[in-house]
Parts: sequence; C-alpha cells; structure tokens
Amino acid sequence: MTTALFYLFAALLIGSALFVVLNRNPMYSVVALVFGFANLAGIYFLLEAYFIGALQVLVYAGAIMVLFLFVVMLLDVKPDKPRRGLVHLDRWWFAILVVLFLGLLLGIVPGAVRLITSVPAGHEADIGNVERVGQALFTSYLLPFEVAALLLTVALIGTVFLAKRKI
Amino acid sequence: MIDMFELLAIIIKVLVVFAGTLVGIMIMTLAERRVAGFIQYRLGPNRVGFGGMLQPIADGLKFFSKEDVIPGQANRPLFLLAPLAVMIPALMTFAVIPFGAPMEIAGRVVKLQVADINIGLLYILALTSIGVYGLVLAGWSAGSKYPQLGGLRSSAQLISYELAMGLAIIGVIMISGGLTLNQIIAYQQETGWNIWKQPIAAFIFLITIYAETNRLPFDLTEAEQELVGGYHTEYSAFKFAMFFLSEYANMITAAAFMVCLFFGGWDVPFIDEAALGGWGVLLSVASFLGKTAFFLFLYILVRWTLPRFRYDQLMRLGWKFLLPLALLNVFLTGLVLAVKG
Repeated sequence: MTTALFYLFAALLIGSALFVVLNRNPMYSVVALVFGFANLAGIYFLLEAYFIGALQVLVYAGAIMVLFLFVVMLLDVKPDKPRRGLVHLDRWWFAILVVLFLGLLLGIVPGAVRLITSVPAGHEADIGNVERVGQALFTSYLLPFEVAALLLTVALIGTVFLAKRKI
Repeated sequence: MIDMFELLAIIIKVLVVFAGTLVGIMIMTLAERRVAGFIQYRLGPNRVGFGGMLQPIADGLKFFSKEDVIPGQANRPLFLLAPLAVMIPALMTFAVIPFGAPMEIAGRVVKLQVADINIGLLYILALTSIGVYGLVLAGWSAGSKYPQLGGLRSSAQLISYELAMGLAIIGVIMISGGLTLNQIIAYQQETGWNIWKQPIAAFIFLITIYAETNRLPFDLTEAEQELVGGYHTEYSAFKFAMFFLSEYANMITAAAFMVCLFFGGWDVPFIDEAALGGWGVLLSVASFLGKTAFFLFLYILVRWTLPRFRYDQLMRLGWKFLLPLALLNVFLTGLVLAVKG
C-alpha cells in the first residue's frame, strides 16, 4: 500500500515538475508547481514526517506560490510563442549547460546514494515530530536559525523601505 | 495493519461527516434566509414544504437544471479547475475535528473523528491556505475585470487574516501543549474551557474566521454594489453552487474549530462523559452540535446587522490591530507560563 502510494506520488510529482518546465503558459506552470508541492507533501506524509509535510503545504504551496501566482497574474505574462525544435539556445551555450548539469548530477547522485544506503532500515517513530524539530532548531542549529531570522528581518525592512518611500 | 473493523469504522465515519456537512449546509442556506427575513421584518422562503423546509432541495434541483455557461474569453482549463480547488479543501478540513467523546463498540474504542493525525491544527491551517488558489484562479480565469478584482481582494484578505489567526491559535497550543484537537479538548476537560484563559485569542480568532470565510462584515470579495458578485460573477449553474457550498462548508468547519479551540469541543461542563457510556457519547455529540450551531447562528446574525468594512479599513484592522494584538497575546501567554514554571 505504502509502496504503491509512493510510486503514485512520485510519478505525479515528476509529471507536474516536467509540466512546469515544458508548457508555455506561466499560469499553468504555477498551478502545476502547486500540485507538485502537494505530492511532495504526500511523500513526506508516507515517511511519517507529518510536520514537514504540513509545513511543505503551508509555507510553499500556501504562501510562496500564492505570491508567484500574484506576480504572474498581475504582470499579465503572455504565453510563450511556440518555437520549432526542443533547443532554443545557441549551440555553445547549450553544450556548456549540459556539461554543468552533468557535473551537478555527478556531484549529487553519489552523495545521495551514500545517504540512502547509510540510513538504517527501521526509523525512529518521532523523527519528524514538532518536538524533535523544535529541539533541533533551538539546540544544535541555533546559530543558523538565528541568522535566518536576522535575514528575514533585513528583507522585511528592505521591503517596507522599497514599498513606502515616505515613512 | 488495518483490520476489517477499523476499515469499516473509518468508512462509516467518512460517510457520516460528509453527509453531516452537506445536511448542515442545506440547513444553513435555509436558516440564513429565514433569519434574514426575521431580522428585516419579512417572511423569507416559506412555501416549499412545511415552513420552507424543502427550499434547499428545490435550490439544488434548480442549480442542476440551469444552463452551464462558460464565457468565451475565459481560460477554459483553469475556469473548470477553480470550483474544484475551492470545494475539495473546504470539504477535507472537517476530517480532523472530533465531534464526540470516544465510543465503545464491541469492546473496542472508536474515536468520533475521521483522522487523528498528530498535527491536526497545522492540517487545518494548511488546507485553509490552499483554499486561496480557487478564489484567485476563479477570478483570473473568467477573463473579465470584476471577478479579477474580487479574486485579488479575497486573496489579499485571506493572506492577511491567516497570520493573525495562526498567531491566535499559538496561544492555545502553548497552554495546552499539543497540536491535536484531542489534546486541546482533553486539556480543557481537565482545567476548564480555553475561553477563560485565552480571551484575547478567542476574540481575534472569532474576527479572523469571519474574514477567512469571506463573510460580512468582511465580504469585500463579493461586494455586490462594487464588484457585481466578486470572483464567481461569471460562474453559473452547478459551478456557482460549488462556490456557494464551499462557503457554507467553510463556515461550518470554522465554527466547529472555534468550539474545539475555545469552548471545550464536545465537552459538557460538570459531567463525566466516559462514566455515562452510550448516553455520554450521545450527550457529547449533542453538546458539540449545539455549540457549533450557536456560532453558525452568530454568523447569520452578524451578517444581517453589521455593515461592510471599507477595503483599507479591513487591511488596517488586520495588520495594525489584530496582528500586534495576537503577538502580544503570544508574549503574555509565554510570560504567564514562564512565571508559573
């Protein structure tokens, strides 16, 4: 049951991710991306990381993507005109991008494989729980957490400054 | 893992909650018009069935039989998707709300709740935030300006009031120490209802659920005088009914949520439900339904007595009053908890 659901979510996730990149209408891309995030949350739920899954929906699908939707909607981005062929870039640029992408894959894949195989078969029941995440944030990862808070504050002040010249 | 008994129990619970919500929506559509009639010193619909009891069914049949118009300038796929994107989250949200004391059947305990997940509150917040998409997409895809304005207004409003709502809930989470509604209700059974301990949070929450469900005095999204009908102006027949149903489903869920957070959920004061057996369960369900009905009635009363806010007033209320107040409440709650140890 779990395995079947995993493959279902994974297939839908990859499908919607491809749709985001390949279709020409930015509005459809945004909607497909939201759908993809929902499927990713489904995979988190299957892993019993309910908290992470809920945050995935709440933060990414619920907040950030709404902003994307607003921007696309208000800027009135027209759908891209269809062009012939799959590759629209200059041949050399394309070659460079392919090399970079392969390099990226080479960098990521071995590490990911090592990570997956090193995890023991069983798992801790409360691994994704609110208490565990909170404890980790406020003990081992306190500094990054506070730095992120500072970064957000800076961004907030910057936004207010940009939006409202006269304060 | 899951045996036949549990599976059967889950299926029955899903059916009961689903049917219950739909019946609740039917009652609400009638009650709204009858109470409106009462308040405005007129009758309201009272011809179909006894005292207008069958009016919701007549409405449903009418919605089914009307012609379904899709405007020529509309973006077809998104126009069709939008009602679904509103309705599915609206009907899913009720799943984590416990509607009665645990029941014992054939020696096994059955919780009167569809899904007891350990992040129940976040589940509700997450689905609420997803509901915005339906409104925005409905407004945009219709391809005309009034729906678009309505969609923009509603999404800005939902995003603003979501923050104050989330922060108001945090106070409750802090004192009861749990993210599931069962834990919060159990805490209230032991120590009294949260309304006495978190009055500020309850006040903020009550205001924000009116904004979150797009009801007066915050129904700027469908301000008829300015926007014709808001984001669903171009919708007709059953798609329009879907928007309507979701609005009422959201109201029911919001009222039930309010009851669970601040008014003890299914708890009956001074009575030990577990000691009474089957009658206790019945009593608890009745108590839950009664409290929820009270808040739904309050929705209707407010709608027909208060005027609509202006848009900038709405935004100012959300950001400059409710949000700081909610932050203050979180701070005060933390202070009290720290002093108590």
